[in-house]
Amino acid sequence: MLKQTPLNQTHRDMGARMVDFGGWDMPVNYGSQIDEHHQVRRAAGMFDVCHMLVVDVTGAGIREFLRYLLANNVDKLKEPGKALYSCMLNPVGGVIDDLIVYFMTDDWFRIVVNAGTAEKDVAWMERQRAARAPQLSIKPRRDLAMIAVQGPQAREKVWQAIPGARAATEPLKPFQAAGFAQYFIGRTGYTGEDGFEIMLPQQEAAALWKTLHGLGVAPIGLGARDTLRLEAGMNLYGQDMDDNVNPLEAGLAWTVDLTSPRDFIGKQALLAQPAAMQMLGLVLLDKGVLRGHQKVVTPHGPGEITSGSFSPTLNQSIAFARLPLAVALGDTVQVEIRDKLLNAKVVKLPFARNGKSLINL
Amino acid sequence: MSIPANLKYTKSHEWAKLEADGLVAIGITHHAQELLGDMVYVESPAVGRQLAAGEECAVVESVKAASDVYAPVAGVVVAVNAEVTDTPEKVNQDAYAAWMFKIKPANPADLDGLLDAAAYRALVESEAH
Repeated sequence: MLKQTPLNQTHRDMGARMVDFGGWDMPVNYGSQIDEHHQVRRAAGMFDVCHMLVVDVTGAGIREFLRYLLANNVDKLKEPGKALYSCMLNPVGGVIDDLIVYFMTDDWFRIVVNAGTAEKDVAWMERQRAARAPQLSIKPRRDLAMIAVQGPQAREKVWQAIPGARAATEPLKPFQAAGFAQYFIGRTGYTGEDGFEIMLPQQEAAALWKTLHGLGVAPIGLGARDTLRLEAGMNLYGQDMDDNVNPLEAGLAWTVDLTSPRDFIGKQALLAQPAAMQMLGLVLLDKGVLRGHQKVVTPHGPGEITSGSFSPTLNQSIAFARLPLAVALGDTVQVEIRDKLLNAKVVKLPFARNGKSLINL
Repeated sequence: MSIPANLKYTKSHEWAKLEADGLVAIGITHHAQELLGDMVYVESPAVGRQLAAGEECAVVESVKAASDVYAPVAGVVVAVNAEVTDTPEKVNQDAYAAWMFKIKPANPADLDGLLDAAAYRALVESEAH
């Protein structure tokens, strides 16, 4: 039996094609995935992200605990509401999950983790808590729904849908959140566009979804979510990194704080085994579609695509690839697709931001 | 569900149409394009290639996934549809107009061994459950 979000019936009523996504019955599209993609880049779209898990960590000494639990440094979070993207590593330096952590008060941090890893994450956090900070409480919030509204018009649409939210959320900078009435609204997302992620009580999710729909916000499935995040250069857990992947080889060095003296889980392992590969973007020059697990041939040795698809913004195929360190931006490499070797250009990530292609071949 | 009665079908979701000139046009079904979603790439077999029945001979790729296309019957490829190769979304717009390639069948009677519309409909419905 697949798990369902509070919006399950609403998706069906809106004509969604539903798929099994890591044990959840989720909408992959409502018609055309490409149209949905453009809708987000050009106007506003909304995503059911209720399958992701909100975890509240509360108690005294929480910052010290998170400083050790997470690879990025929560000391960067100084203002209440500020958010940080981080990996949670295992002792050998592999990625247990990537997450967003919000600093709310000195004894309350909120963490949002991926759906497929939620149970594993909570068990890991609980184990670390018991060992290092038994006074803390770790509370999964399955009572909360989450809707992401993304696109150049997203914030305006949210303010129309939730009268009163404007005052609390207009001053928010990117990666900052605020509470308003029963809502928790963060200026975050997974598309490379402006917008909000809204947490709210489960029983109110369908009403907000319908209100936004009435305001012209298009429902967007997981299909477009994947091409949007790929264009935006954002990793997908399980595809671009997992328990056995070094974050420094997954394009996540910017999230791993190896400069401060603080210790964190996985730090010693990362220091002991420097990255042997790097993650870069590929744009396919020939016709075809790049996909995960395709082999990349370079003069410096083999590489592999971790995520690939067709980019609606660039109108050509793009990918993330793990490549030897000697491969440079601007190089042309070959990708093995079926029985052919096709040419691809190595580019800097991301491919697109705020509605525009950043690639100039 | 759109399943024209004048076509033949395969279990792997190709359609085949015996034309007046004796050639067989081949494409993928409406159901197949619906499962795959927005089509972005079509690779057809080279003209002149000999195909065995059931042979993997073309590829369609949507944003979501790549899918092989199999020859419904044996024959030699005599034409490919450049319009579909250049604009793969034609497959989404009208799967039965968007033929991908045509073959001269080794034995036209082989088409009788394919599914008719009723049998194909039953197959699609059984896969939905």
